[in-house]
Amino acid sequence: MSDHDYQPSSKLGKWFNDRLPLLTLSNHLKEYPTPKNLNYWWTFGGILTFCLITQIITGIILGMHYIAHADLAFESVEHIMRDVNYGWLIRYVHANGASMFFLAVYIHIFRALYYGSYKSPREVIWIIGMIIYFLMMATAFMGYVLPWGQMSFWGATVITNLFSAIPLVGESITNWMWGGYAVDNPTLTRFFSLHYLLPFLILGLVILHIWALHVPGNNNPIGIDLKKPSKDTVPFHPYIVIKDLFALLLFLIVFAFFVFYSPNILGHADNYIEANPLVTPAHIVPEWYLLPFYAILRSIPDKLFGVIAMFASIFVLVILPWLDTSKVRSAIFRPIYKQFYWFLVADVIILGYMGAMPAEGTYLVIARVATGYYFIHFLIILPFLGFKEKTLEVPLSIAEPVLGGFPNEAATKDTYNIRKNL
Amino acid sequence: MSESDNKKPNRRDFILTATTAAGAVGVGVAAWPLIDQMNPDASVKALASTEVDISGVQPGQSITVLWRGKPVFIKRRTKEEIDSARAVDLKDLKHPEKDEDRAKNPEWLVMLGVCTHLGCVPLTDKGDYNAWFCPCHGSHYDTSGRIRKGPAPTNLEVPKYVFVDSKTIKIG
Amino acid sequence: MKKILKLLFVLVLLINFNNQKVMAKNSQELLKVNWSFKSFFGKFDRSSLQRGYQVYNEVCASCHSAKYLSYRNLTEKGGPEFSEAEAKAIASNFEVMDGPDSNGEMFTRPARLSDKFVMPYANEEAAKSANGGAYPPDMSVLVKARKDGANYIYSLLLGYEDPPADIKLDDGVYYNKYMYGNKIKMSAPLSDNLIEYSDGTEATTEQMSKDVVNFLMWAAEPHLEQRHKFGFRVILYLLILSVLVYFSMKKIWSRIESKV
Repeated sequence: MSDHDYQPSSKLGKWFNDRLPLLTLSNHLKEYPTPKNLNYWWTFGGILTFCLITQIITGIILGMHYIAHADLAFESVEHIMRDVNYGWLIRYVHANGASMFFLAVYIHIFRALYYGSYKSPREVIWIIGMIIYFLMMATAFMGYVLPWGQMSFWGATVITNLFSAIPLVGESITNWMWGGYAVDNPTLTRFFSLHYLLPFLILGLVILHIWALHVPGNNNPIGIDLKKPSKDTVPFHPYIVIKDLFALLLFLIVFAFFVFYSPNILGHADNYIEANPLVTPAHIVPEWYLLPFYAILRSIPDKLFGVIAMFASIFVLVILPWLDTSKVRSAIFRPIYKQFYWFLVADVIILGYMGAMPAEGTYLVIARVATGYYFIHFLIILPFLGFKEKTLEVPLSIAEPVLGGFPNEAATKDTYNIRKNL
Repeated sequence: MSESDNKKPNRRDFILTATTAAGAVGVGVAAWPLIDQMNPDASVKALASTEVDISGVQPGQSITVLWRGKPVFIKRRTKEEIDSARAVDLKDLKHPEKDEDRAKNPEWLVMLGVCTHLGCVPLTDKGDYNAWFCPCHGSHYDTSGRIRKGPAPTNLEVPKYVFVDSKTIKIG
Repeated sequence: MKKILKLLFVLVLLINFNNQKVMAKNSQELLKVNWSFKSFFGKFDRSSLQRGYQVYNEVCASCHSAKYLSYRNLTEKGGPEFSEAEAKAIASNFEVMDGPDSNGEMFTRPARLSDKFVMPYANEEAAKSANGGAYPPDMSVLVKARKDGANYIYSLLLGYEDPPADIKLDDGVYYNKYMYGNKIKMSAPLSDNLIEYSDGTEATTEQMSKDVVNFLMWAAEPHLEQRHKFGFRVILYLLILSVLVYFSMKKIWSRIESKV
């Protein structure tokens, strides 16, 4: 049933829906035609929504007990861990939830890269997604400062000092960001305020992200345009809902393992030492999800250009829809792109590894090569590949047996008849 | 309904019902920590008692101390105040309580300084009974802290307390 | 299934990264103890915690604070579980500053269960000046503040030796093979029979080190036992629900095709 034809069954429903079409919206979400060949990599959108909501709920709760003051922040976190009812559970869910959120977002992004989900007509979805990703990094960074441990303090110092690379106004900008001449109480309180605010901005962008998705509809593993609704699609509810739920549960098992059995393994021991402006820890490392960017930053021997390279590495992703010139979306039909794709995956993992290592000797050489490949991949290989690559034949529909593994057309039952009869 | 659904309706219903029920239980259990975290925490509960030095209080005087974030009135009553409190006929009271039950040691009246109407702190030595008077909505309490006039439903509450020695009261 | 395996593989990689970082830093391999609190059902050894408190109290506490602990914690479930009377007796041995009283004077009184552990020094500066410039770190979360903290502290306590010939030590500096840079300002704090355990256990240096590390682990993670218990239940529940959802999914998708 299309959104225009929808009529609530009850009189009250109709009265309300004429004034505020919430029922039309919920009907749209239920009936939303989704490609039926979506694999498990597509379940991470739902998982990410879950992560965001979990972070917001646990975060609001932690905000009830946390004290944003340089003298009291560390103590208040210990108060949460020791005295607040289930405080330890809520804090560990929030801290590990950030890592799980990034794990899911990386899978989500790399899925989009593999299946060409960023290409026309989905550029806006992709760009909103990249803004969300950027805001997530900002939010996570500021959140990591709040416990006011050694890594919080020195991480904040190092990252805010990035902006001092800006010519002429660098120092004024850092002083403005700190509210002083170093990271101190004013920095902590504003980080807390922004850390509380940004997730709601992210939530708003997520709604836009989904809205923009619902205009062209989902991409799918074979990357072809589908007629909607058709025998190639299924209604979102219950088919996709139950599949997302199953994937979410598997994800939660991994999540629970971290929370209950290794709650501190993804963090740094130094953050259990209260911030001390007089002593820098021997080895400053950002959280694991920021390591590839940290490696790019350090691989450039110039302060300003290092910072530029780091921000550029995110910006190339934003303009990716116009860098990739291939008309074929899915890597399944792009044999050469597929190989470069796995190169990129390996490259980013290597960058992450180098970000955790000291920036010296062989590590630095490898980090530089990896940084080089990262930019070459997006700025040179992808634009050229679109013209040169000989792609495989793309099927006309999902049901077409070329793909194998799916029942033939005759055996496929008509979904929409089933829905009507339920 | 399609054919496969008609064949085994019971099993399908059973699995979907069991899944929904198990999911609902899980959500319910997971909600509890999110709710319970707002209850008084372990450090608050630990501050259950407080000791007060009363050696400096003269007859007719009263002091106010803080216990669990609330004011507690400790009044050393004069002979007249005790007599007037004990002379009252229980039938005249909205919330009948004997003064003997409220003040174990008649000289010392210990009670929460929180009006039972809506939680304001009553003024001392004020009102129709020259005892306690709540300025918020006009409740008058007598020299035993019992409600006599006004909207408050019950007498001022007497907390658990003991005399540790002649100079010290332990509240809670 | 393959995909899930791949996902797990990535996770393992990530964890490995972290471990390798740890390995790279510690040139000297730590002594490994088979701690009772490790593993899925890991719990503390109650009597070891009580002995550990005794070691902390009689040895460490003269320099090291544990300012986030309260005396009431000693009675709490999952900890040393002293009786309330025992914990009250322990607390009353300490004097805390309270006040001001009605005359505006500060006064001292014996500590109560609700009080935080009394600190050996008034502030960090006092602690430094009394210890040759080195600050004895607060012990409340010390185990979590060091990589592989339990094994590290255990190793450190047993790692005092005579320095190699080529290393010269200043006064008040000691050689410890597990310390970062091998130089430490704390002299070997434990020696055999330094204290007499109230439960009669023989107080060897190893025994005391083990007990005090158990105690410090609990101090840093007082809800560890509850966490392990919850974790088992939560994961078991998630597995059962996954199976149920899996079959529901199969059932629902069978309306259109057999393959999900």
